[in-house]
Amino acid sequence: MASTSTLSRDEQVKALQKKEARRRRIPLLPALLFTIVVTQTPFAFSLYFGFLKWRGNTPAPREWIGFKNYTDAFQNMFFREAAWVSILMTVSAVLLSVILGTLIALLLDRKFFGQGFVRTLIITPFLVMPVVAGLVWKNQMFSATFGVINWVINIFGFESREWVSEFPLWTIVVVLVWQWTPFMMLIMLAGLQGQSSSVLEAAKVDGASASATFFQITLPHLRPYLELGVLLGSIYLIQVYDHIFTITGGGPGSTNIPFFVNQRSFGAAFAYGSASAYSILVVIAAILIANFGLRVLSGLLEGEEA
Amino acid sequence: MSSKGNTGPVVGQRTFGGYLLSLLAWLVGLLFFFPVFYMALSGFKTEADANADPSLIFDPTMEQFNKVTADKPGLLDAAEAFANSAWIVAISTILCMALAIPAAYALSIKPIGKWKDVLFFFISTKFLPIVAAILPLWLIADYLDLRNTRLLLIILYTAMNLPLAVWMLRSFFAEVPKELIEAAQIDGASLRSQITSVIMPIVAPGIAATALLCVIFAWNEFYLAIQLNTSGASTVPIWVNSAVEFQGQFLAQLSAAATLATLPVVIAGWLAQKRMIRGLAMGAIK
Repeated sequence: MASTSTLSRDEQVKALQKKEARRRRIPLLPALLFTIVVTQTPFAFSLYFGFLKWRGNTPAPREWIGFKNYTDAFQNMFFREAAWVSILMTVSAVLLSVILGTLIALLLDRKFFGQGFVRTLIITPFLVMPVVAGLVWKNQMFSATFGVINWVINIFGFESREWVSEFPLWTIVVVLVWQWTPFMMLIMLAGLQGQSSSVLEAAKVDGASASATFFQITLPHLRPYLELGVLLGSIYLIQVYDHIFTITGGGPGSTNIPFFVNQRSFGAAFAYGSASAYSILVVIAAILIANFGLRVLSGLLEGEEA
Repeated sequence: MSSKGNTGPVVGQRTFGGYLLSLLAWLVGLLFFFPVFYMALSGFKTEADANADPSLIFDPTMEQFNKVTADKPGLLDAAEAFANSAWIVAISTILCMALAIPAAYALSIKPIGKWKDVLFFFISTKFLPIVAAILPLWLIADYLDLRNTRLLLIILYTAMNLPLAVWMLRSFFAEVPKELIEAAQIDGASLRSQITSVIMPIVAPGIAATALLCVIFAWNEFYLAIQLNTSGASTVPIWVNSAVEFQGQFLAQLSAAATLATLPVVIAGWLAQKRMIRGLAMGAIK
């Protein structure tokens, strides 16, 4: 039998390991291939379209124009404005919902009458369809005529206001925070419940004040959960479209990058070439942000190396 | 103080401050829920009652619910939108789990080399703005005759949820103690019985939480649907939005439609919230 193999023992082991490695990869392949095909193909097309002069609403032939779409993009004032709105909207919504979510999680992480019920109430906004959230807030909460907010502030003697047209960006942020605070609260609640009670009791026995316990034990323990919340929140909130669509329709000062790029292609403009160039710029920005986000994630996964 | 899960006793329960904090929690809860409550309530109003100063007292009527669920020849009606959404959400979630579970297994139980890079690739696709892909997607779908079909949204929603599903499931699989699997191997358990009798019981709650999150995101998705599926296989978010577009500002009717559209996912979320808390973070951190 030994004569059948001309390979050394080492080589045999290596070949076996290779085979084993390949076998282990098999269950991964369907998901990986599916993701690559569905998510990467469109960008390959965008990359090509971005160099074309191509308008969707005229029969004029497509024309290769090099980087012109890109140089135009950088000179477009509205694009820069949209980038600013995107940053403002994402950062404020993520920060506010993380802070509020943490505070509410602390409030709910104690035994009290109706604890589970109150948690159920607070979770609900996260489950609401974004289109519905936008429509309901716009027409029933913010509405200038019969809106609940005006009705309430009138009681306290304040004048009614046109919330959506006066504060287009901030009305959207309010709705985003309303929907994402529950999500952050869920993550923080899981973090709080994962805290070791023996450490907390030791702190109590040692006579640590409540604030010292919070800042020196609870907050450091919550850090990875906070990072996770910021990461997931940013991923979803930077893509916001539905709320803008339903609340302001992209009115002054509320058009973010996704809304802007969409309008270049499917809105009135039909500027397919130029819209594709914008898409590629957005993708580059996204890659830069993702790079940063993944470094955060890498910190979260630390210690699992082995 | 001794009860389990109550690990953050900043202020005692039976002190004045404790009661105050409990009261505050209730107030916050009611405040967050109010817009949803008011929406559902307005669905039972007449248009005259809805277009008036806010009031909690009125003669309830089913009129609006009947109106929004009635057949609308030529327009998208409720039955059609709900059927489309149900099929698309169900199949895309099943497909997503079918792809994600083996992938998560390969990234955790028997991790391949560079599993971290692969995981990062999945997550990085979530950073890519969907809007940057919409024009090619539209053209490809048009070319393949997939526009306005359920299949198109099934494919896209599967891809949309797959990274999150792989990520969450991987963390649940990572929680399965290695010793348990090794013990099963020593006992001569086949791969199939290792999976069904050792791994599955431990990760089942995680799979449920992950699937639920996929359902929520797929049911609520609007952007892809309105760009690609406006004249066929339209989903519930499009139906709600059309309640505003075609009928002007009929507040009560809008509220009724919005309530119906929200209900399935809200109820599912209420029932599974404890599992979600575990699923969202406890797994994701590990």
